[in-house]
Amino acid sequence: MAKSKEILRGAEIFCRALKDEGVKHLFGYPGGAVLHIYDELYKQKDVEHILVRHEQGATHAADGYARATGKPGVVLVTSGPGATNAVTGIATAYMDSIPLVVFTGQVPTNMIGNDAFQEVDSIGITRPCVKHNFLVKDVKDLAATIKKAFYVATSGRPGPVVVDIPKDVTADSCEYEYPKEVEMRSYKPVVKGHPGQIKKAVKLIMSAKRPMIYSGGGVILGEASKELNDFTKILGYPITNTLMGLGAYQATDKQFIGMLGMHGTYEANMAMHHCDVLIAVGARFDDRVTGDLEKFCPKAKIVHIDVDPSSIAKNVPVDVPIVGDVKHVLKDLIAMIKAEITKPDTKVLEPWWKQIGEWAAVDCLKYDRESTVIKPQYVIEKLWELTKGDAFITSDVGQHQMWAAQYYKFDKPRRWINSGGLGTMGFGLPAALGVKLAHPDETVCCISGEASLVMCIQELSTCLQYDTPVKIISLNNRYMGMVRQWQEFFYSSRYSHSYMDSLPDFVKLAESFGHIGIRVEQTADVEDALKEALSYKDRTVLMDVITDQTENVYPMIANGKGHHEMQLSPNSNTEQRELA
Amino acid sequence: MRHILSLLMENEAGALSRVAGLFSARGFNIESLTVAPTEDPSVSRMTLVTGGSEAMVEQIHKQLNKLVDVIKVVDLNDYRHIERELMLIKVLANVSARDEVKRMVDIFRGRIIDVTENIFTIEMTGSGEKLDAFIEALDEKLIMEVVRSGVSGISRGDKAIQS
Repeated sequence: MAKSKEILRGAEIFCRALKDEGVKHLFGYPGGAVLHIYDELYKQKDVEHILVRHEQGATHAADGYARATGKPGVVLVTSGPGATNAVTGIATAYMDSIPLVVFTGQVPTNMIGNDAFQEVDSIGITRPCVKHNFLVKDVKDLAATIKKAFYVATSGRPGPVVVDIPKDVTADSCEYEYPKEVEMRSYKPVVKGHPGQIKKAVKLIMSAKRPMIYSGGGVILGEASKELNDFTKILGYPITNTLMGLGAYQATDKQFIGMLGMHGTYEANMAMHHCDVLIAVGARFDDRVTGDLEKFCPKAKIVHIDVDPSSIAKNVPVDVPIVGDVKHVLKDLIAMIKAEITKPDTKVLEPWWKQIGEWAAVDCLKYDRESTVIKPQYVIEKLWELTKGDAFITSDVGQHQMWAAQYYKFDKPRRWINSGGLGTMGFGLPAALGVKLAHPDETVCCISGEASLVMCIQELSTCLQYDTPVKIISLNNRYMGMVRQWQEFFYSSRYSHSYMDSLPDFVKLAESFGHIGIRVEQTADVEDALKEALSYKDRTVLMDVITDQTENVYPMIANGKGHHEMQLSPNSNTEQRELA
Repeated sequence: MRHILSLLMENEAGALSRVAGLFSARGFNIESLTVAPTEDPSVSRMTLVTGGSEAMVEQIHKQLNKLVDVIKVVDLNDYRHIERELMLIKVLANVSARDEVKRMVDIFRGRIIDVTENIFTIEMTGSGEKLDAFIEALDEKLIMEVVRSGVSGISRGDKAIQS
C-alpha cells in the first residue's frame, strides 16, 4: 500500500521544501509575517539560519554565497520593511544574473490591499528587478511554487526570484509532496546552439587575421571556464575578460591581455578597436565595456554567444548570433574546430601578437612604486602575492574595486566577487561573509574603501556570531574615491560632498565588534600588516590602510570616447593611435 | 514602423503589469494593448500595438519572450493578418445634422446603437485606419466622446497561434 502523504502546515512545508531542495544556509531576519516559519526553523537542524543585521546584508551574503558556489543563495525576510530593505540586494543580483531565491513574508491574504501593518506590495516593488516572482495564495501551491522558484532562478540566464508568502498560508495545512521536476510551458531555456550558426561562426573565426575573444560573466555562471580555456588555447587568440568575467580565463596566461573597458588595459582596449573578428562569449556589451558605441570595434565582424537572446544585438549589431548555453556552444565549437582541415595559422597571427606586444609594452598599469605614501595598487599587488592569487576576493564599488580587478590576477572562476552591473556600495562585507560560509577553509578577503565599508558595517556582528573570519582590507583615502576622481576630471576639482568627514576609528570599531583592527600608514608596513592579518586564521580582521588621497584609476576611457582613446596617466593626452 | 504583437501568457494575477512594466521600464512605445482570456481559461491573449525602429521592435519581441509567464509572442506583421478594433462614439446629432451623420455611419458600415433627442451613439468595428477615417470624416465639433478598444488581430488562413 502506498504511504499516504503527510499533512503539514505551510511553515513546515517551507522548511521541508528547503531541505528537499538541498539548501544548507538560509540568510534572514525575522518579523511578524514570518514568525510561523521562524518557529519551524527553531525545531529543525537541516537548514542553518544565518541571522544578519540588516536585510540588505542577507541578500548580499546570499549573493556572495551563490557567486562563490554556483548554488542559489536563499533569503528569508519579513513583510514591509523587511522586503524593501532586501530590494537593493535583489537588484544587485538581478543585474549580474545571480541565482537567488528570496522569500518575503506578507500580511495574511484577507488583509492584502488594506494598508495593513508592515504591508507593502512586494511583488510590485520587486517586479522590475527579479527574473520572476510569485505570490502564494494557497498553501496547496506552496511546495510547487518553491520548486519552480529554484528552477527559474538557476536555469537559463540565472537571476533572483522572489516568493511572497502571506502569513495565513504558513499556518494552513495540506498534503506535502515536493515535486521532483518542473515543467513550465511558458519557460524553456535554450541549451544547444544552432548547428548552422555554429558552422558559420567557425568559418568566420578561422578566417580571422586580428582576432579577439571577449568573454564575460556568462562563462562563470555557465560553468564554462574549462571550455573557454580550451577554446582559446586551441586557437591561440588573445583574450580579454570583462569585470564580471575575471577568472574565467587564467589571468597569468600569456594569451590573456587584461580586462577591457573603462578601466581595462591599454592592450585589451586597443586590440578590441583594431580586431577584425570579435568572439563575444557570455558578455552583454555593457556601456562600461564598449565606450562610445559609434566607435566600437569598427573593423570587426562579431560572433556573439549568449544564453539570453535579448542580450544579442541589444547594443551592438552582431554578424553571427548563437543563442545557447555557453558551455554547450563552446564544446560544439571546439569539436568543429578540431575537425577542420585547416588549422589556425600561427604565421597569420604573428603580426597581430607583435602589435599587441607593442601596446602591452606601454605598461599601462605602472604606478609609483617608490612612494612612501601608501599606493592602493601596491596593497593589492602585495595581497595577490601573499595569497598566491588564490584567495576569494569580494569588493565594494569604486576605485578600490577597479584596482582589485586590475592588480589581483584571478586564475580561477568564482574567486572575484563584486557588484558589476548595479554597482552597489556595501556589497563587499556581507558578500564575504556568504563566501566564507560556503568555503570555510579558504582565505576570503574583502577589498573595500572606507565609504563603501560603512554602508553595511553592521554585518561585522554576523561575522562574529557565525565565526566567518574574513579579512577586510579597507583602502582609506578619506574620499569617495571614484566620485572624487570624476569631480577632479569633469567638474574642475569641485569636490562636492565626496569627502568622508568624521570617520570612525576603524581599529576601535573592529575591536568593539569583537574583531581585530590594524591600521597601516606607511608603505614599508603594508606587507607585514597583510601577513599578520592573514595569519589570524580564525579571526576577522579589519585593516584600515591609509592610502594616497589623490590617486586615480588609470588607464581610463572617458564618457563618449572609444577604446582607442584611452587616457593613460594624468599627464598624457588622450591617446589616439591607429594601425599603420 | 507599426507592429501588432500577439501574446499568449499564463492567466496569472499581475501578468498585465509585467508587460506594462516592461514597456515603461525600457522606454518602449505602446500604442494600444488589449487583454482577455482565451478558449483555455488558463491562458490570456494580449494584443499589443507598438512601434519603433526594427532593432527596437526586435528587442521588444525578445524582452516579451523573456518574461517567464509569456508562452508565445508572434509579430502579426510577419503574417497575412486581419486586425479589428471596436469603437463606441457619441456624436451630437440635432435635427440639422442627423441625416448627415446617419449617412456617414452607413458609408462606414457602423451601427447607431443608442439615440436621444440630440445624440447618436455609434458602434463601429474595423481597422484602426478605418476608425481614424471615420473620426476625420465627422465634423470635429460634433464628437462628444470616443471609446476605442485597442486593436485585436488574427492571422489569416490555416495558421493559428496556440499555446
